[in-house]
Parts: sequence; C-alpha cells; structure tokens
Amino acid sequence: MNWTDTLSELIRRTTSDLPADAETALRSAAEAEPAQSQAALLLRALVENIRLARAQSTPLCQDTGTLTFFWQVPRGTDTAALEQAAREAVAAATRTGWLRRNTIDTLSGRSIDANVAEGCPVCHFEQAETPSVEVWLLQKGGGSENMSVQFSLPDAELGAGRDIDGVRKCLLQTVWRAQGFGCAPGVLGVCIGADRAEGFLVAKRQLLRPLTDCAPEPELAALERRVLAEANQLGIGPMGLGGKTTLLGLKIAARPRLPASYFVTVAYLCWACRRRGVRVTGGASEWLG
Amino acid sequence: MSELRYPFSEQAVRALRAGEIVRVSGRIFTGRDRLHKFLAEGGACPVSLRDGALFHCGPVVVPQEGGWRVVAAGPTTSVREEPYMAKVIEDFGVRVIIGKGGMGAATQAACARYGCVYLQAVGGAAALLAQRIRRVDGVHFLDTFGATEALWLLEVEAFEAVVGIDTHGRNLFDEVKAASRETLQRLCGGRA
Repeated sequence: MNWTDTLSELIRRTTSDLPADAETALRSAAEAEPAQSQAALLLRALVENIRLARAQSTPLCQDTGTLTFFWQVPRGTDTAALEQAAREAVAAATRTGWLRRNTIDTLSGRSIDANVAEGCPVCHFEQAETPSVEVWLLQKGGGSENMSVQFSLPDAELGAGRDIDGVRKCLLQTVWRAQGFGCAPGVLGVCIGADRAEGFLVAKRQLLRPLTDCAPEPELAALERRVLAEANQLGIGPMGLGGKTTLLGLKIAARPRLPASYFVTVAYLCWACRRRGVRVTGGASEWLG
Repeated sequence: MSELRYPFSEQAVRALRAGEIVRVSGRIFTGRDRLHKFLAEGGACPVSLRDGALFHCGPVVVPQEGGWRVVAAGPTTSVREEPYMAKVIEDFGVRVIIGKGGMGAATQAACARYGCVYLQAVGGAAALLAQRIRRVDGVHFLDTFGATEALWLLEVEAFEAVVGIDTHGRNLFDEVKAASRETLQRLCGGRA
C-alpha cells in the first residue's frame, strides 16, 4: 500500500471537487432565486466553477485551507508512518499546484513553501476494532476559519441563557457576523458543551457530516431545522449581496460539560465544503464523499 | 453590462452604479495583507498603480517554462485591508478594487472622493476566475512576501464582477447588513 500516492489522490479529489450533496445544495439554491437576479448569477458561477475545477483537477478555491486528516485505524496501527505519508502527500500536492503555498512562519513572516511544518497538516487518529483504515480530509479556508467562534453562556449582550434557545441566538448571531467574511452560503458545525479546545474539534468534526443528515438526538435535530430555516430568512445571500440562501447546512453535536461551563462552539465553513474520504481494506481503496 | 479596460479613467469609474455587472480587461495587480500594510506605511511600490486595479487575491501559481501560470485565483476577504485601503487609494491613485465581502466607511469615503470603485468578484470561484487570466506579466516581492502575498501583474480578459461600492455613496453590503440586522433582532426577541 503506497499511502503517499493514496493521500495525494485524496487531496486532488478534495481540492478540486465538492461532494455531491454540497453541489446539489448549491444547484438547488441557484434554482430557488429569480433567474435574472444577482444571487442566481453568483450561484450559477459557483456551480460552473465546480464543474471547471473538477474537469481540470485545479483548486476550487485559491485558499486551499488548513488540511485536517481525520483517521480511523485498526488497533495497533503505526500512526507515525501514516502521518509521515500525509506530510509527503501535502508537499507533492503543493508542487503540482493542487495546494497553494499557504503556510506562513508566524514569527518571521516567511512562506513555508512546502506547506509542511509542525502541526501542518493536522492529523487526528482514532483506533477502533476495524479491518480498514478510513481517512477523511477537510480543507477549510482562512476566510471561513476567521469566522469560527466560541460563546460562553450566559451571554448578557446576546440575551442568551444556558438553554437551547440561548444556543439558537448564538448560531444566528454567528451567521449574521460572518457576512462579508466567510463566503456565504455557508455551513455551521456546532458543539454544545465540552471544554474550549475539545469544543472546536467536535464542532469541526461535524463538518464531515453530509448536508442531508440530521442529529440523532431529537432536540438537536429540531434545533438544526429551526436555525437553518431562520438563518435563511436573514436575506444575506451568496457573498452577502442578498438572496434566499445564506446557510446550506447546520450540524450540531452535544458533549458533557463542567457545571461551571456552557460553551457553544461554532465552526463556520464557506460554500466550498471540501471534504472527502477513502477507506482502504487490504489493498483496495474505496473513495468516499 | 459595462466594460472596463486598463488604464481605468476616473470618468468611466464614476459612471458605474452599485449593483451593475462589469467586465474588466487588461492589466490588474494582486495585493493582499502584506502589500497593503507595506504601502500604507510609506513603502515604495515598484510599479505604478495609478488608474489601475488592485485585486485582493493570493493566487495559486505554478512555474512553467519562462514564467508562471495561475491555476486558481479568487478574491480574499477585503475588509482586512480596511485600515490601509483609503491611504493606498489616495497615495497610489488606485481606481478599482476587486475583492469580496465589501469594505468599510473609510474606503467608501475614499472611493467617492478620489474616484475609485469596489467590485465584488465571485468569492471562492477560483477556477472560473483563473480562466479569465490570459498571462502573468511579472511579479514583485516574491522573496519577501512569498508567492501568495506577492504583487502579481496579471493580464485578464472579461473578468466579471458586481459593483459593490460606487463613487456615489452606495454600499450594497451595508444595505444587506442593515436589513438582515432587523430580521436578526426580530428572531432573537429584540436583542442581538
């Protein structure tokens, strides 16, 4: 099994093609707008952009984002070797032009041209009783990452208490604040509870869920439906120039918390919902997403 | 649909109205966070930006024989340049800004005063916009700022965008923001 090649191919697929559910959601959004409107024009351009990027194997968006690999591996797997393969694949994909030179040394301000450094790319491993290695890649751009946020409830300014309605207010506020920054229509991944660090990780993980699913807990599923509908009443629309679709999806998870803490953590993702996976069993690869 | 060709005249720019779709052709310059800060702090620009377009963009470029090829080039969030933009418009005579998400009051005032327009390109539509780039005519600050932050000289043909801020005091983004704020307050029971 050549993991460097497999992961390079995973990067090519992720950077140049949206998963079918995301593309379908954008097409539906375009059809919902009056044909001659600015919103329809912008959304049709996004759909055309997806087609082009896929046909050419070029990046959908020039901000090829933070690369996060979420791994599930059999117990006892050599994860260091897989992490090394991910680093080699990122360097190769950068040379090919599938990834932008997108990593800056924070202190010197110099570009780290290979996109490989401590913590770049990010790998999260989880061991399980499974015969397969499954890995999902999320590419999340900086414009949308800048809009991710964490609230600590109660929040007097928002009038948000430690309950589901307080969470709802945080989420609507996040969508409103993101206009002009993250490219709408976007997707929210949300974690209620946990500590601050775990909250961001769980929220980001929700972005791997298909747009069409709903949370298994009935109260979270209801909240997902309600906030999605309300966010789309805001009229922010594609690129913040007005329109019916402001949010394509909303994915919420809950985790236990300390009595003293009640965090609502939101990972904002732009329309370029770049997530793809591969499952390798024996020598056979099955592409996912 | 209006056509704009480099060099952009003050008259052509002042004739544009917010909401209009325009097609830009000719040379444009890329510049983002590092360049704006550098220029606003008095740095010398190695090329004249007068009557030019500054595209808020960090492209994906790959070397090819004798030069470079742009494979992806969408706009980046413009408002990060808000602290610098008005001064760059004033000092360097920039006529057209291309970016995404709109900009603030200082930029809007500079647009009206000096005759500059803000165009919204399709955010993230990097493959589509890269198709409109005919060639790369040069690059500055490649070593100091890196490829993503460098000042690229691009030749574009029929690069489409929507006028977001015109010279007459209209800012489409502010209008959407104000209207959506009212809805937000209604949904959140008067707070937020």
